[in-house]
Amino acid sequence: MEHHIFETQGYHIVTLTGEIDLETSPQARKILLHRVDLSTKLLIDMASVTYIDSSGIATLVEVFQRAKKKGNVVAFICLNPAVMRVLTLARLDKVFVIHADIESAIHAEP
Amino acid sequence: MSQQAHHPNRCVILDHQFPSRARELGPTRAMTRMALNNHGWRSDIVEDIVLAIDEACQNIIRHAYHGECQDPIMLHIELNNDVLVIVLEDRAPTVGPDCMTPRALDDIRPGGLGCHFMRQVMDSVSIGPSPTGQGNILRMIKSVS
Repeated sequence: MEHHIFETQGYHIVTLTGEIDLETSPQARKILLHRVDLSTKLLIDMASVTYIDSSGIATLVEVFQRAKKKGNVVAFICLNPAVMRVLTLARLDKVFVIHADIESAIHAEP
Repeated sequence: MSQQAHHPNRCVILDHQFPSRARELGPTRAMTRMALNNHGWRSDIVEDIVLAIDEACQNIIRHAYHGECQDPIMLHIELNNDVLVIVLEDRAPTVGPDCMTPRALDDIRPGGLGCHFMRQVMDSVSIGPSPTGQGNILRMIKSVS
């Protein structure tokens, strides 16, 4: 798994690439939890994530809950059908705010 | 006469043994995906099966062996009359069937989703002690007709 981070229009955007699994989810957790503590508006771009398992989903839930607890905005970018399938199996497609791309996520902010 | 001649509708798709380590899971998924794709099933069905196997392997590493080690995980996949049979065997101490109980999804919290995923995408999931006297056998079945 690779990642990069940039800021635009008040958002911290973390782009994750590759597979988030038992081996790589600790790294993803560390990156995302650190970023939640630094930003009030966080976008997690998973458009280039090709696979996610329950350990990766656990990381996303932990990040989501920490952001919510702090009153911060957190949203997800997700296009990969395999990743959406796992989010749907976990019924998180009804819980997470998910956008098709970064632009629409930024413009959708209330 | 070969064993295959007695079972014309049965074919072994994959036999793979690997150490109980997280870094083995990526290559195991790739190998499983490649083996399943040879049978022309839809990619979303293949991905569901890969997910179930990956979650089962994770459970073995985390809950049967209680962490990474060199002890083996043995994966066997076969097709028997349009029924996919997946068997995962370990050499860990015997675990009870309660370890396969999924948690309620209404409780949104990290962790505990692996068993839920396995039960959602497979027709049946069962676990029991290995007949060798050491270890566990997890069996997952899915109709692919």
